[in-house]
Amino acid sequence: MNHLLNIIRKEVKELLTPATFVPIIVMALIFGSMGNMIGGATEETKKPPSIGVINEDRGQFSSIVNETVYSMAKVVYNSTSENIEEGVNAVKEKGGTALIIIPSNFSINIANNQSGEIEIYWIMKGAGIMDSISSGVVESILHELNTKISEELIEKGNINATFALSPTTRNETTIFKGKEMNGISPGTISAILSSQSTAVPIIIMIIIMMAGGMVISSMGMEKENKTLETLLTLPVKRSSIVAGKIAGSAIVGLLMAVIYMIGFRYYLSSFEVSGNINLADYGLTLNVWDYVLVGISLFLALTAALSMCMVLGTFAKNYKSAQTLTVPVSILALIPMFLIMFKDFSTLPLSLKVVLFAIPFSHPMMAVRALLFGDYMLVISGIAYAAVFSFAMIAIAVWIFKTDKLLTGTTIHLFRKER
Amino acid sequence: MPAVEVHNLVRDYGKVRAVNNISFSVDDGEIFGLIGPNGAGKTTVLRIISTLLRITSGEVRVFGHNVAKEADKVRKLISYLPEDAGAYKNLTGIEYLYFIARFFGEGKEIEDIVERGVKIANLGKRMDDKVENYSKGMTRRLLVARALMIEPKLAILDEPTSGLDVINAQEIRKIVQNTVKNGTTVLLSSHNMLEVEFLCRRIALMDKGKVVEEGTPSELKTRYNAANIEDVFVEVIK
Repeated sequence: MNHLLNIIRKEVKELLTPATFVPIIVMALIFGSMGNMIGGATEETKKPPSIGVINEDRGQFSSIVNETVYSMAKVVYNSTSENIEEGVNAVKEKGGTALIIIPSNFSINIANNQSGEIEIYWIMKGAGIMDSISSGVVESILHELNTKISEELIEKGNINATFALSPTTRNETTIFKGKEMNGISPGTISAILSSQSTAVPIIIMIIIMMAGGMVISSMGMEKENKTLETLLTLPVKRSSIVAGKIAGSAIVGLLMAVIYMIGFRYYLSSFEVSGNINLADYGLTLNVWDYVLVGISLFLALTAALSMCMVLGTFAKNYKSAQTLTVPVSILALIPMFLIMFKDFSTLPLSLKVVLFAIPFSHPMMAVRALLFGDYMLVISGIAYAAVFSFAMIAIAVWIFKTDKLLTGTTIHLFRKER
Repeated sequence: MPAVEVHNLVRDYGKVRAVNNISFSVDDGEIFGLIGPNGAGKTTVLRIISTLLRITSGEVRVFGHNVAKEADKVRKLISYLPEDAGAYKNLTGIEYLYFIARFFGEGKEIEDIVERGVKIANLGKRMDDKVENYSKGMTRRLLVARALMIEPKLAILDEPTSGLDVINAQEIRKIVQNTVKNGTTVLLSSHNMLEVEFLCRRIALMDKGKVVEEGTPSELKTRYNAANIEDVFVEVIK
């Protein structure tokens, strides 16, 4: 038994290192904050949505509209005369989701077996999965409204069954980041953008994890294969060694990511919304300069990731420990991927905005969506930040290579007690 | 001008003094041996001369160049073979030699360097095999070839025959001797006293970070009335 305990004690001591449990703690903190975010979104579905109502109708179905809307939503703007601009601004100010307009001929048309048109101005706040939750709640109100009018029509013996089941039509306009898009709902926009909000962050995350892993492993292998000392005595600039390792790993990492993504793209395409809606018709398109900015953002994010991995790689003692060191990079790549999939940068709480901005890999993940809606400030500031981050990391890596810390390991034993 | 000048060299690892105020010099064109028990500080001295480690205090010059201040110039003159060195496992032997040669020449020079490397390694068709398929002896031969093919002004060899069988070790000793004939100075460390006695013109014996004896093999044997350097070593260390 003593022998067993002896082995267990040794195993625990070997395995329970900072490198093992720090990533787990970070992961737990991330899940905790994401849980809060999801919890907040769940709460949002329970709360009645804030909406504005302009009801110009005085007919028999007008009261059904008022009853349904007031029972299911919090009405933050109410008017009987059509002043759309004032209504939209009022709903926006109060953080509302939509402005519903019931025209004066609504009841008359329905009574004459013609569809009653409901005009909706959606105030879209973000294109993430969770950003569209409140609009989903308003959708259910509109569905309920349609059902109640149907019931009323059926009760009164309306004989046109098709019309009775669907007595209302919609004319919807979505306002998102200053753009007014007619004939499209936030759900549709989110669905179209979801191919980007899902695919782009995943592609970038995979590139960073693959290429970053290469750099760290390369350092681990140099130490394990005992080739590092020879390399460092060759007449070559330390900056060339760092740059060569980063560039080499970037090429291999990109190649691997491309192969990986060819398969993954087919998988993702099965989830994409197909339809006749083209975002370019709504002015949501990227021009040449936008693509250049996305390219620069991606290049700098990759450089930042690889230079950070280079610094992390100096901690690697061998190939095995190098694998452990890829965990922090993977976590840093996962955080923006999840955040951007669920929420827009603009709809995140300040603390998560800071976290997202501080991770240099976030910026290309956010760039496409930001540029579609003309948010150049976020993209350009992200590029500037990633450039500064990369420069700082490369400078640190070159400095480490210029010292003898790679061989003496004084940077490696950060957690070791002085004896 | 001496090939290597070491003056009052000190190197500390935290609170441990690995090299304690040593001085010695290596003449141009000679084979100089550093011997001593494990932990004596030999490898630390070789790594400092090879520009890998920083100096705590003192000064080291290689052909007049200060290793601390002119590391780039020193690296053009030296070739260092660490005791437990390896080669890139996914490269073939010939690819590895080309990789190294490209740091020391251009065009035809590269071909000449690699040609010398192939001759020194003497691995025949196995030069086209990946290094991961080499035996320990073959890898060591490749690494010796890598170190000497560039005809460095100073070759720093840490245990050049470490882990090799008698035949391979003897061949490498011959290669080292031939290298000196071509104008290379050799500074080597070894635990093999017979090897040191056979190869070196002069020897420095290190213990606990200090040089405790220095001289030619015959001088040392006379001084300690010993039959060979191994006996000198035992006498000095005990």
